[in-house]
Amino acid sequence: MAVETPLKGNIGDSIKRKEDDRFIRGKGNYLDDVVLPGMLHMAINRSPFAHAKIKSINTDAAQAVPGVVAVVTGELLAQHKLAWMPTLSGDTQAVLATDKVRFQGQEVACVIATDPYVARDAAGLIEVDYEVLKAVVTPQQALKSGAPLIRDEKEGQTNNHIYHWEAGDKAKTDEAFAKADKVVKLDTFYPRCHPSPLETCGIVADVNPATGHATLWMTSQAPHAHRTLFAIVAGLPEQNIRIISPDIGGGFGNKVPIYPGYVVATAASLLIGKPVKWVEDRSENLISTGFARDYYMSGELALRNDGRMLGLRVKMLSDNGAFYADAQPTKFRAGLFHIVTGSYDLPAAHVVTDGAYTNKAPGGVAYRCSFRVTEASYLIERLVESAALEMNMDPTEIRLKNFIQPEQFPYMSATGFEYDSGNYPRAMQLALDKLGYKELRKEQAEKRKKGELMGIGVASFTEVVGAGPGKHYDIAGLRMFDSAELRVHPTGKAILKLGVKSQGQGHETTFAQIVTEELGIPAADIEVQEGDTDNTPYGLGTYASRSTPVGGAATAMVSRKLRDKAKKIAAHLLEASEADIEFDHGKFFVRGSPSKSKTIQDVAFAAYTNLPDGLEAGLEGVTYYDPPNMTFPFGTYLVVVDIDRGTGQVKVRRMVAVDDCGVRINPMVVEGQIHGGLTEGFGIAFMELITFDEEGNCLGSNFTDYLLPTSWETPKFEMGETVTPSPHHPIGAKGVGESATVGSPAAFVNAVIDAVGHLGIRNIDMPVTSDKVWAALNEKGAAE
Amino acid sequence: MGQAITVTVNGEKRSAEVEPRLLLVHFLREKLRLTGTHIGCDTTHCGACTVLVDGTPVKSCTMLAVQADGQQVTTVEGLVAGGVLHPIQAAFKEEHGLQCGFCTPGMMLTSIALLKENQDPSDDEIRWALSGNICRCTGYMNIVKAVKSAAVQMKAAAEVPAATAAARS
Repeated sequence: MAVETPLKGNIGDSIKRKEDDRFIRGKGNYLDDVVLPGMLHMAINRSPFAHAKIKSINTDAAQAVPGVVAVVTGELLAQHKLAWMPTLSGDTQAVLATDKVRFQGQEVACVIATDPYVARDAAGLIEVDYEVLKAVVTPQQALKSGAPLIRDEKEGQTNNHIYHWEAGDKAKTDEAFAKADKVVKLDTFYPRCHPSPLETCGIVADVNPATGHATLWMTSQAPHAHRTLFAIVAGLPEQNIRIISPDIGGGFGNKVPIYPGYVVATAASLLIGKPVKWVEDRSENLISTGFARDYYMSGELALRNDGRMLGLRVKMLSDNGAFYADAQPTKFRAGLFHIVTGSYDLPAAHVVTDGAYTNKAPGGVAYRCSFRVTEASYLIERLVESAALEMNMDPTEIRLKNFIQPEQFPYMSATGFEYDSGNYPRAMQLALDKLGYKELRKEQAEKRKKGELMGIGVASFTEVVGAGPGKHYDIAGLRMFDSAELRVHPTGKAILKLGVKSQGQGHETTFAQIVTEELGIPAADIEVQEGDTDNTPYGLGTYASRSTPVGGAATAMVSRKLRDKAKKIAAHLLEASEADIEFDHGKFFVRGSPSKSKTIQDVAFAAYTNLPDGLEAGLEGVTYYDPPNMTFPFGTYLVVVDIDRGTGQVKVRRMVAVDDCGVRINPMVVEGQIHGGLTEGFGIAFMELITFDEEGNCLGSNFTDYLLPTSWETPKFEMGETVTPSPHHPIGAKGVGESATVGSPAAFVNAVIDAVGHLGIRNIDMPVTSDKVWAALNEKGAAE
Repeated sequence: MGQAITVTVNGEKRSAEVEPRLLLVHFLREKLRLTGTHIGCDTTHCGACTVLVDGTPVKSCTMLAVQADGQQVTTVEGLVAGGVLHPIQAAFKEEHGLQCGFCTPGMMLTSIALLKENQDPSDDEIRWALSGNICRCTGYMNIVKAVKSAAVQMKAAAEVPAATAAARS
């Protein structure tokens, strides 16, 4: 019987995840699992109104509840200059409201008590006297003259306009449109949705009054950046702040910002001298923390009669809520939305964006997305679908005709991105073959004759992920590099410490595999540590699919640094010249005589026991990696739907997803990431919606109203891959965690439009619910 | 005003005085420090807090601790027997049925209840049984695979002693 050699965990090996051993036993350590001696509990009193003046706050009844230790109001925070805090977009946000409330669910006062139930009881007893003001609930309303001024406390702010930002070349684009045979237009709204990780946000703040040291356990996707921001906001010396981001129960962008609850709990711990825990409930998470999207987009495509695209014009208006708290690089006011030219060789493009304050929760986080790439990808892929319909072309034909061709890479886009690598026709062809596209088109034609509605949706997305380079991309001024520190111990085992932070992505396994590939130490012998700022090198964190492109590159580079040193030691051990030493899969040998070799483990031992003269002891190193460019993952997604004309119900029959994320470190983990992203994309396309009534009441404040896909609705996925390595990444990898959420919503919606386009329906905004589909059919006299 | 309760948790009798309003999930997490049972939504939708009460999956955020008085509760911490993983635990790891791990305990306990009733469930039966447990990471495909794989393992394990007994007779 053949004996299977266990996988060492090289790149390309689908080894099982190391982190699973604790999770399957219920032994993870999530934020709410952290308990400290003498710990107090915090609960927040929130505004029931979207826009109201605070006339007075009476905390007497709350203070009188046995077990209540303190009640914190904005007024108290103002005495410590903590009533307002900076946002990641350079705006300010109220920590606790002092003058007025600006969205429903805004933090007004906090109760600190010995028991969480008591804290909740008392928070409900805080009496706030409000004078209700007119709420502004859409950006269009917000920008009308005479609209109520939301940010009246901001000096120089005379209206609700936040930013104006442009990309591309207006004159060149106007010229392209003047030459066009045909202009196709699409107005679409990407509604507000929410990342909703299954674990909500929280903190355990432990400030020691004797030493001034603050240890903050926090649900943080970016612990190092958060430490720096805490130092700036709270005025604490940075060396005295330790942020520990424990196991995180999903992030998806929701755990990138700093929330008021974190700040109040920290301030309360400082003032009281005891640890304070705050964990939000689901409603608090949905109504007050980082929402996503809320982009009103209008696109125009200039085309020649043969379907060739000549130019793209885009206007976008964003609803940013009451505080401009988007998490994105400083230079880019609408994130990376200008990647909106997508996978197409568009000679000219012009993108105009504006943002507005409304009386809604702030946030604007990228929900499983690299800084607004999702909205951009959705718009261009939906617009191309419209163009195909208008030009009477097959949606794959128009794409193939306009794709950036493999030989055009590196490709400079009309809005200024340098695409690193790609082969779009190959990915599309694989997807078409897997689906059996031609046969399904025949089936569709047959069905259409019988009056049945079937659609095939196509989306060929291109993402831009892995920020930096630091000279272009930052968070609150901090350059977006990332780091890895590798310590190889005398016995040949290693610890890898990273500046990024997993929220389920499997870093403890996949980053170990990079070291395995580079140094030959088996992945099982490498412990990966993240999340503790006292114990890991500085990094910008995990979001925007940047861990593998940046942290992964840092890991490869630090491994190579150690390999170079190991070579010197191997030369010493083998009594050869360093120039003659070769390395292959964990073995150093003299060129030409591979039998005479030393393993990495031999070398590691020698690094502490038997060194050549003049060489420093140890086999340890750290690398800070500033990527030369972003990476550009891509793929083609195909969706087949059947629609019931009587109910408008859309049934997803099949979905084929072909992804190209360059070299795959652990294919099992990559596929898992894509499954999850496709499911979130499915949810966004058909179910997830945070909306508001005209008074600004949030209508998606719990899982009864905010619908997430369960195992029952979620389609099964058929996967495919092509590999086009990134030329600038040390191991050729690109980011992948978000591709599927970026690319799939357009594929789902395009499938619906493909089914009903012949009836003259060009758009149904997400979520594409049965009632909307039925209404659209009914308007065209096609409903049953 | 405490109320005395005795609940058998993972085979061990646990007695405590609890407030009548204390939720079962808080009893398990805070009083017994069994933190493998998670809280995801507070409204009985997400299933992260699922435990078995007398063998039936129950969302412990919507049951009072006093209602569990005199009953048998199984949490994720009770799945390892004699140092050996339950087949469902092994299968979740093997099939990559988890990512962040937050929904995993609830998913596994609901799956165990399904497999007790149905030793050979179809994909659809598994998806239906798990539809009260939300996962935000995996897209469910590998969870379904894990449950199927555990079903095969458990069936084989159940058949081995039976076959041995038959051979002896």
